[in-house]
Amino acid sequence: MQEDHFVIAGRSFGSRLMVGTGKFPSAEALREALVASKAEIITVALRRADLSKPASDSILSVLDPAKHLILPNTSGARTAAEAVRLARMAREAGLEPWVKLELTPEPKYLLPDPIETLAAAETLVKDGFVVLPYIQADPVLAKRLEEIGTATVMPLGAPIGSNRGLKTREMIRIIIEQSNVPVVVDAGLGAPSHAAEAMEMGADAVLVNTALADANDHAAMAKAFAMAVSAGRLAYLAGMGPVRESAEASSPLTGFLR
Amino acid sequence: MDFSQTLNLWPEHLVRELMLQSGPEDVRHAIRSDNPSPRDLAALLSTSAIPYLEDMARVSNQLTRYHFGRTISLFAPIYLSNVCTSDCAYCCYAVGAGMKGKRRTLTESEIHAECQALADQGFQSVVLLTGDAPRVATMEYLETAVTIAREYFVSVSVEVYALDKEDYQRLVDHGLEGVTLFMETYHRETYAVVHPRGKKRDFDYRLAASERAGRAGVRRLGIGALLGLYDWRIDGFWAALHAKYLQKDCWQSVVSISFPRLHHPPSRYTTGPKLPSDGEFVQLILAMRLFLPEVGFCLSTREKPDLRDNLIPLGITQMSAGSSTRPGGYSSYGEETLSQFEIEDRRNPAQVVGAIRSAGYDPVWKDFDHSFFGETGNGSAHLIEERAI
Repeated sequence: MQEDHFVIAGRSFGSRLMVGTGKFPSAEALREALVASKAEIITVALRRADLSKPASDSILSVLDPAKHLILPNTSGARTAAEAVRLARMAREAGLEPWVKLELTPEPKYLLPDPIETLAAAETLVKDGFVVLPYIQADPVLAKRLEEIGTATVMPLGAPIGSNRGLKTREMIRIIIEQSNVPVVVDAGLGAPSHAAEAMEMGADAVLVNTALADANDHAAMAKAFAMAVSAGRLAYLAGMGPVRESAEASSPLTGFLR
Repeated sequence: MDFSQTLNLWPEHLVRELMLQSGPEDVRHAIRSDNPSPRDLAALLSTSAIPYLEDMARVSNQLTRYHFGRTISLFAPIYLSNVCTSDCAYCCYAVGAGMKGKRRTLTESEIHAECQALADQGFQSVVLLTGDAPRVATMEYLETAVTIAREYFVSVSVEVYALDKEDYQRLVDHGLEGVTLFMETYHRETYAVVHPRGKKRDFDYRLAASERAGRAGVRRLGIGALLGLYDWRIDGFWAALHAKYLQKDCWQSVVSISFPRLHHPPSRYTTGPKLPSDGEFVQLILAMRLFLPEVGFCLSTREKPDLRDNLIPLGITQMSAGSSTRPGGYSSYGEETLSQFEIEDRRNPAQVVGAIRSAGYDPVWKDFDHSFFGETGNGSAHLIEERAI
């Protein structure tokens, strides 16, 4: 089998597991999870991180710029203008011009606003950012964002933090089928089996946060997700047989014609 | 449509009847429910729930971890003024309370000094408080105070007299993030008795203030009933409905609830059995958490250190620390200035942070950013401007 590179915007990554940094009980817990996950793309909420004091910040102090791509996210932004300002602020503070767009005007379920997301993506792509938008599992929106020039699309499996798995499976299937940019399933993946399922379907990567932050053993759960992502990817590349409703004879029924 | 219409659908006799009818089976059903109804809430607040506190605590812990992680946000109050024209029966700032102590309204340089003192301790989130004195703590004064505080902190909220929507909008334009406004009691008759005069007498104007703030673009709405004014089970029920209402009506705002217990009222006021005991206080917090999984729960230094530490895993998400309840208390003035209430947790912020870490939680200082606002403070104005380009 050929080497399996995961490439976003021309940059190659060794891991297909992205990790979020919220909700961890301590810097140490986050550190353990990051090490065990072997993740290279780590997303950080700009509203939480103190970019002016990275050494004393409980999230930034754990990240290693040599190993990790710090992917700032705009969590908490309600409008395109807010998200654009946050992204520019992060770039001015010295982070790479990558941004995970999170436009979640509604704090209860943190569902993404498609209209503001599209507007912000358009502005930021023109501004030279590598844009990874968090979206509802909407295949048409995914295509619209791809046309604008976003580097990926990140459809949700279920509401953030809900641990419910691939509730949007049918729409994610269509997004994967239709997409020319990497599809990263983001949000709602509560168990390693959920991550494996997304990868088996052909997702290019997954992003996990709450499931790691809330585990009793952060490192073990991170490792379990890393293994599940690898297993799911391998199964996808191996070519999984379709799921059938009933048993099927393994010898061909029309063999007599040969 | 405003919350008074919802409140009218749940009159006291109906809530009491629901609570009286609730048996152990109703409590168990409410604890198991994925989406508890007001009827479930009544069961959780009823005396039938008392034997189930441990079960409720387990669910509350899970729900809170699930929505907030193991984190506690830290903030501090800044009292700008203790001048007050209301005469709330339960308050030490009230004219008729007969409390000794100087009345002060901080000058601009004194506000700077207070902000600097708190910023030096690490705070990034503050609440600015005044009494009910619109002629002393005017709108212009509040705008100035918010502007000054924004130079030091990423998140600035106010806890002041109820305002019109336009006035909330003015403060948002100056960079205000949150409005905390306690209804004190949702019980109309009691409200009238404990608020004998002043503008605060207008129950309906105060009741609708939080939604006015939400509609004006305020991002964080804090509410609460002052525990000790009326039967805490009933007021708790109504406060929970208010939070639920705000989540729907002001769907872009984050809602939080505080649980202030009136431990030390002035001598003219007696709380009696209306003040929840520690066990009842815990029941209230747990019942609210089961009914409101995504709502922030705020605990002030009115409570003792031991209790505060033990409540961390039960549903609390925000705490104040090292608080002073007198104007100038962090920098300018000493004990002779009148304070609003007695602090029970006198630990400094570093000690509270240590206690949060010991409980296995991460103290969060910063949960907002100046970039959410444009140069002038108003996010939406900039959106229009950028769209026009």
